Amino acid sequence: MADDNWPLYEVFIRSRSGLSHRHAGSVHAADDQMALDHARDVYTRRNEGVSIWVVRSSEIVASDPAESAAFFDPADDKIYRHPTFYEIPDGVENL
Amino acid sequence: MDKDDALFRYVLRLGDNALVLGQRLSELVTQAPELEEELANANFALDYIGQARLFYSYAGELEGGGRSEDDFAFLRDGNKFRNLLLVEQPNGHFGDVTVRQFLFESFYALQLEALTRCSAPRVAEIAVRAVKEIHYHLRHVSQWLVRLGDGTAESHSRVQRSLDDQWRFTGELFAVDEVDEAFEREWNGPRLAELEFRWNDKMDVALQEATLVRPAAQWMDGGGRRGRHTEHFGYLIAEMQFLQRAYPGARW
Repeated sequence: MADDNWPLYEVFIRSRSGLSHRHAGSVHAADDQMALDHARDVYTRRNEGVSIWVVRSSEIVASDPAESAAFFDPADDKIYRHPTFYEIPDGVENL
Repeated sequence: MDKDDALFRYVLRLGDNALVLGQRLSELVTQAPELEEELANANFALDYIGQARLFYSYAGELEGGGRSEDDFAFLRDGNKFRNLLLVEQPNGHFGDVTVRQFLFESFYALQLEALTRCSAPRVAEIAVRAVKEIHYHLRHVSQWLVRLGDGTAESHSRVQRSLDDQWRFTGELFAVDEVDEAFEREWNGPRLAELEFRWNDKMDVALQEATLVRPAAQWMDGGGRRGRHTEHFGYLIAEMQFLQRAYPGARW
């Protein structure tokens, strides 16, 4: 049965202008345009979006969990890279 | 036919088309071949039922007799419905549904576009909202027509047969009667001859893309807008109205 499924697509929704697209979930679809339709019907029913991206899940290159120590731990002790030494101006909501 | 009568009848027809097609699509809920398609179909059904409510509420106001949207939907006999025969046709298989939606919605989109410019303000307002929904439906169903028509040999032959079977209901889309004439004259309504010309163009382009053959000119069925429906309609009405008929005034 699993082999009969249409390819999987990952769905990214931009909720309003100015923000970036966020991963919303995934849909099955036979082609790109169908994936866009399905993403619209499944993930923007309640007015969630102003823009949709879909991409074949198989096209995504992901980091390997086994390598996460090498990938991410070196950043742990470099606190000076965090922009926490600044005052955030009033009125900036999405920094 | 006077101006107000034409408006009432025209609005009621729009409501009937929307309700009957919405009911047909509702029958498919839980029946779609894929989960995502299931959601799409239920959305489409709800779009139509939402449109029917707007048209019926307005028709009730125009009539001034205190009839509500529910009275129009659930307490009218079948021969009082004025929908097109095409929208009452049974769902059949997925290709049949695709073709029915494609034939009707290609027409309905043109009709609604014209209605956004009519001089009946409430109708124009409803049309502005509805046309967005129908443009999306049409995008979705047009893609399916190509996938099926230009798909496998099996899908091609089945969807071609769907087209051949349902073509005889397309004549009624453009058959002008006294309500259409009066609505066009009094309310700057759509000119059906012009819509037909544009619909034919769209058909030629879309069918060619889907590698389907346009059926030859043939005898066309009709009569829905005079209350003469096909045999399938009785079953649709019976199921839709059962609850209100059996338990008058029942509420959730």
